[in-house]
Amino acid sequence: MTKAESVQLMTDKMAKFVGHIGIKLPDDVIAKLSELREKETSPLAKTIYDTMFKNQEQAVALHRPSCQDTGVLQFWVKCGVNFPLIGELEALLKEAVVKATFATPLRHNSVETFDEYNTKRNVGKGTPTVFWDIVPDDDHCEIYAYMAGGGCTLPGKAMVLMPGAGYEGVTQFVMDQMTSYGLNACPPLLVGVGVATSVETAALLSKKALMRPLGSHNPNERAAQMEKLLEDGINAIGLGPQGMSGNYSVMGVHIENTARHPSTIGVAVNVGCWSHRRGHVIFDKDLNATVTTHSGVQL
Amino acid sequence: MVENRNGKKVLVTPISAEDLADIKIGDIVWLDGDLMTCRDVAHRRLVEGGRELPYDIRGKAIFHAGPIVRPIEGQKDAYEMVSVGPTTSMRMEKFEYEFTKTTGVRVIVGKGGMGPNTERACKECGAIHCVFPAGCAVVAATEVERIAEHHWDELGMPETLWCCKVKEFGPLIVSIDTQGRNMFEENKVTFNQKKDAAVAEICKHVSFIK
Ligand code: SF4
Repeated sequence: MTKAESVQLMTDKMAKFVGHIGIKLPDDVIAKLSELREKETSPLAKTIYDTMFKNQEQAVALHRPSCQDTGVLQFWVKCGVNFPLIGELEALLKEAVVKATFATPLRHNSVETFDEYNTKRNVGKGTPTVFWDIVPDDDHCEIYAYMAGGGCTLPGKAMVLMPGAGYEGVTQFVMDQMTSYGLNACPPLLVGVGVATSVETAALLSKKALMRPLGSHNPNERAAQMEKLLEDGINAIGLGPQGMSGNYSVMGVHIENTARHPSTIGVAVNVGCWSHRRGHVIFDKDLNATVTTHSGVQL
Repeated sequence: MVENRNGKKVLVTPISAEDLADIKIGDIVWLDGDLMTCRDVAHRRLVEGGRELPYDIRGKAIFHAGPIVRPIEGQKDAYEMVSVGPTTSMRMEKFEYEFTKTTGVRVIVGKGGMGPNTERACKECGAIHCVFPAGCAVVAATEVERIAEHHWDELGMPETLWCCKVKEFGPLIVSIDTQGRNMFEENKVTFNQKKDAAVAEICKHVSFIK
């Protein structure tokens, strides 16, 4: 294969994957939603869940995006330094989004700032956004693709607390966002929390947390304990499906953390909606693709 | 008209104020008949610009939504609904009292809560605001039987007034009823109380800085 052919091949595979993510939810999300659906008791919550599941089935049957807001694309890339297309990756991911946009179709969700016009291609300056992790001595490329919808992006918030505020302050910060904005972000939500030094470190972690598989825990024991406390606490609010009240509120709470400056606690929250469209794929150096999040997909 | 169909409460246009009198917040209803998409610019044109709607919605329903439609091949001026989901109703709050009073619309469908202007509109004019579950755009699209008319096309696809014929369109969850009660506002009070209790409980266990 020439380099150009390799680029084309990976572009096509990623375009297909992006389109698929818009139509079908990942296995872990479907399983969690089924579990939460079973635990609801009011006719209102049950009816909403029934509609949500019917929608996901029809989206697959009619091959249409399940939600009309197919978001702005974000890619979290973990790339080995010896992966053959490392240099071509950003450009080919952009091309893959354009391709998926017209093939699926996806909504045109890229508006150039200041000039304020829609590019009508679903890509623009810095969109899709690509976040990098470089792995030494490795020739694989792992990609998380995520569709960030408008409604579930809105509750995002970051701030820097003084250490005196402590983890109690972190708790209050996260919980306040749930009742002010979270309820309109199409619950049940996946809540990502970043704990670090400053706004940008915390914010990046809070989004990265949303890529983790549901049911996974932070390796730090206290952080994992706090994930559970927050999950139970937010569930106790009883936002229910669509924020219209019910027995549960969230699919999970994921905390990601780093060390911090002794004088600050940077904290951020990001949420994913019930239509949590994220997919994970691993390419080897010959561009064989393994999808880990969606069963039954061959790229 | 209200019909009880296999346990489903179906509102059939034209709808009267009496039809809605018994309907309360939290009820689930369905809609048969005329539903027109109508959002930001259309509200602005009517309320601020003083223009008349090109389609009579008296006794009918509007949908705060920006759909994806496509032309039906081989037919002239015919369109099919591909995907249609509710958009945040609060953006129309500012206009909804006057809009409802002027047009005689009975059912307003959207996403999330609305405020005092809409409460007043619903109470004075005998109308309701309902929520269609968001993220269920395929279900909504398949409940549209056909697009009968379309107006103000110059506004572009999302803002065009798409006048739809719908069949058992729903579930529609009543969020403001004809007494002006507002489910979102009432829920907010409970949610905040439960939040405060949850925060107090969590804080007992997270004193990691010692
Ligand atoms: S929050 Fe999610 S499910 Fe709701 S409308 Fe936005 S993208 Fe769709």
